[in-house]
Amino acid sequence: MHVEVDVPRCVASGQCVLLAPDVFDQRDEDGMVVLLTENPPAELHDAVRESATVCPAAAIRLEQS
Amino acid sequence: MSVTPTGRVVVVGASAAGLAAAETLRGQGHTGTITLIGDEPAAPYDRPPLSKEILSGTWSPDRLPLRAPADLDALHLDARYGCEATGVNISESTVLLADGTEVPYDGLIVATGVRPRLLPGTPAHALRTLDDALALKDRLGPGRTLAVVGAGFLGAEAASVAAGLGTRVTLLEPAPVPLAHAVGEDVGRVLAQVHLDHGVDLRTGTGVSEVVPGGVRLDDGSVVEADTVLVAVGSRPNTEWLTGSGLTLEDGLVCDEFCAAAPGVYGAGDVARWHNPLFGTSMRIEHRTNATEQGVAAARNLLGAQRPFAPVPYFWSDQYEMKIRAYGHLRGHDEMRIAEGSLEERKFTAVFRTGDRLTGVLSVGMPPKNTLAWRQSIALRARWQDAVPATSTGAAA
Repeated sequence: MHVEVDVPRCVASGQCVLLAPDVFDQRDEDGMVVLLTENPPAELHDAVRESATVCPAAAIRLEQS
Repeated sequence: MSVTPTGRVVVVGASAAGLAAAETLRGQGHTGTITLIGDEPAAPYDRPPLSKEILSGTWSPDRLPLRAPADLDALHLDARYGCEATGVNISESTVLLADGTEVPYDGLIVATGVRPRLLPGTPAHALRTLDDALALKDRLGPGRTLAVVGAGFLGAEAASVAAGLGTRVTLLEPAPVPLAHAVGEDVGRVLAQVHLDHGVDLRTGTGVSEVVPGGVRLDDGSVVEADTVLVAVGSRPNTEWLTGSGLTLEDGLVCDEFCAAAPGVYGAGDVARWHNPLFGTSMRIEHRTNATEQGVAAARNLLGAQRPFAPVPYFWSDQYEMKIRAYGHLRGHDEMRIAEGSLEERKFTAVFRTGDRLTGVLSVGMPPKNTLAWRQSIALRARWQDAVPATSTGAAA
């Protein structure tokens, strides 16, 4: 799995950070998404998929292999 | 009653909630047919930017689709856009379409959303669809005048964008303080003052009786003139197509804590009224984040997860230079306190008490991570006296 984030779309809701804190973080100043790893390990894939689905800005895109 | 992995699922409503449900079904290994029915001609697109980036022109409409075409294709949906569902037969398990066809299902997810409430009189602009946003955008700019009826979140965002484009804006609100029912009077007064500071002619305590050619007529009979009128006085859930189906309709499709409306029938998004066990109350939420979260929850429960849907609701709103963010259930709160910052500086975190619990947090101009920490306390059902410092200042609601 390869993860991409579209930072200008981000609305700083923090949903991804709540679901997958090992993959997503937020900038301190404005809450914009920070991607911690582009290729998360398999055990995190479910949480990353849910993050992409629930992101209210559709700012997370996955390439799934 | 859950659906087997090869069962036929029909999702009515092809916006955020419906898409989230369809995507979750596939993500959970569902291989059966998923029919996604939407009355708009386009593939699922995002609505919050309509009153923000689309209206201001900072985004072109090609940024609105919720998924890239390839990602949608990968879901292998039986997608039927531009297609209206007109009824459901619960005993036969079929959805009826406007063209007369019947679509059988083993599981049904209702995500038909809401539509704008209208005012009597001359047709006016509303703001729900992409077409609505583009039509309104064409009417904004220097030398133009706009009357916005309703200073809720949508009306406030549209007024803010319109004023930013040089439009002369009159914002008409029947309540004495805009959004007081949602965020409390103290925060509502701050939001009101920001409109005035940006040259918007906000008139509170001003009801509108009808739209007339060239403006709107107020309850006192006088007319406010405007080239363009936007009506933003709330929404109605799209449940008429379910009338007579046997499903319970009461300001939305009534669902239990699992988002189930009947065996094998689930509701999600703006249309669904469900029991949120975290707050012990029934709610229907018209916020973007709830649409996707509930779409996920409904899909999982349709597949047999049996997990109560107990979210901390979240919304955000962009008004002028302000970023407003809130978590929780603020409506009907008993008390608001300022936990950080100050209302005067328009940088603050306000926390809300209902009974003996912390039930909401709203921040303006504060680091979002701080707000997220408060959200965690709400999710953990924190008691007010444990969560809120005694030094906070505030007022009873």
